[in-house]
Amino acid sequence: MTDSLVTDRRAEERPAPDRRQHPRDVFVEFRDVHKAYGPKKVLQGVDLKVYRGEVLVILGGSGTGKSVTLRHMLGLEAPDSGQVLVEDEDITDLPEEELYRVRMKFGMLFQSGALFDSMTVFENVAFPLREHTDMTEEEVARAVREKLELVSLPNTEHLMPVDLSGGMRKRVGLARSIVLDPKMILYDEPTTGLDPITAQKINEMIIDLQSKLNVTSVVVTHDIQSAFSVGDRIAFLDQGVFEWVGTMEEARNSTHPGLRDFLKASAVTAAQPTSAES
Amino acid sequence: MTVFARTWTRAEDALYYIGGLGDLGAQTVRGWFRGPFERDTLVVQLDQVGVRSLSIVSITSLFIGMVLALQTAYSLSDFGGSLFIGKVVSLSLVRELAPVLMALMVGGRVGAGMTAELGTMKVTEQIDALRALATDPVRKLVVPRVFATTIMLPLLTIVSGLLGILGGLFIAVVNLHLTANFYIRSVVETVKFNDLTSGIGKTFFFGFAIGLIACFNGLRTTGGADGVGRSTTATVVTASITVLIMDFFLTKLFLLFF
Repeated sequence: MTDSLVTDRRAEERPAPDRRQHPRDVFVEFRDVHKAYGPKKVLQGVDLKVYRGEVLVILGGSGTGKSVTLRHMLGLEAPDSGQVLVEDEDITDLPEEELYRVRMKFGMLFQSGALFDSMTVFENVAFPLREHTDMTEEEVARAVREKLELVSLPNTEHLMPVDLSGGMRKRVGLARSIVLDPKMILYDEPTTGLDPITAQKINEMIIDLQSKLNVTSVVVTHDIQSAFSVGDRIAFLDQGVFEWVGTMEEARNSTHPGLRDFLKASAVTAAQPTSAES
Repeated sequence: MTVFARTWTRAEDALYYIGGLGDLGAQTVRGWFRGPFERDTLVVQLDQVGVRSLSIVSITSLFIGMVLALQTAYSLSDFGGSLFIGKVVSLSLVRELAPVLMALMVGGRVGAGMTAELGTMKVTEQIDALRALATDPVRKLVVPRVFATTIMLPLLTIVSGLLGILGGLFIAVVNLHLTANFYIRSVVETVKFNDLTSGIGKTFFFGFAIGLIACFNGLRTTGGADGVGRSTTATVVTASITVLIMDFFLTKLFLLFF
């Protein structure tokens, strides 16, 4: 019964293909990707295209597989079946050593920042440069300072991650992920756990980086405000598939029940954060 | 779940564990030869495993030597046991006690620390961050750590053997009124090249196993602080059992060849 409802709903509500799809260049593509952890099926036939230069927001409830989708783009997880293509290269079965070459195209901001806690802020941001370039220490220092200024964290080089607040950790993580000038930035819940003002700062930073670095971005979030401030398109993940994909404007006017419920619930939560009645 | 199904699941888990361990071991050895070597991390690890273990190794070894001398003198007193103190203390220490006790101690102190460190990195997404930054966690973290335990354990065992013999000397002179000269001559005459080869040779394998188990358990940690605790305990238990089992087979092997 439930299955048939889901299938019907998907058939009814899947929007017409984005008009911008054809002339635009696909950066990452998912083709019928399945992934399960033991008995738990997380992705159940994911199809998705991320176009060069856009900001795609992956929206969905907790535990729906948003982060898992993101990890597949980098090859941090391999699908059980289906294909993941990055710039037309099938990375599904690439061995770990070859995936490193693919990962150089990406920068990833992890949910917790994932800073190396035995290193200072400077060493964290300098890490990719020291690993992958022949830059002198002077050049490294210059590049690190430049990126830290870009994320509004000047003069913090000497601090240890333990001395930083949640928002600062994310910004240092962001500086580290962009220091090699990646073509694509992946943000895993960039505003989760932050106060509204810091969250807004992070959103502004994402928009700012997008215009300054001219990259492709994928933002995983369940924060509607963040999604609408930074995104060009929304992909709504529910029950292991992208139930709805479209522009922000289309999302606002969408009649898709799942997406509408999600947006409505988020709007209510945002408007009445302490109310339990509604 | 039936008993059979549960046993089968456990056997399957054990096989996956051994397979994963073997795979990491092969990658580690490949990393030693292929490079590039993480010199800074290696120096830190050599210090952590070797230099910082010196105090605990010294105290333990000295007292083991002293106890061994006392017990030998007591148990062989009917046969004029005190004359054999040098022989028994040195041979027991060099062939068996120093290698195994040092391995158990390093397994406990250093192995647990390594697992906790890597386990915390795993649950806080730092290992994923390394991979996302196109850096091999095995080359960066495992290779220098396993190298450090493999090199440092034999050195610690040499220190332990020497200090244990010194502890025995102290008891021989102070308690049993033997001359230092007699004790030392007895030690030098007793300990042969093959005893040293067997005793110290084993510790290279112990060191490798301890480092590998510690890193493997760290990298497969899941489930937050609780998971780190479980992995750390697993390292101490697995490393200790592995050392004791390996000791038997390696002793047999060394007896065969030396």
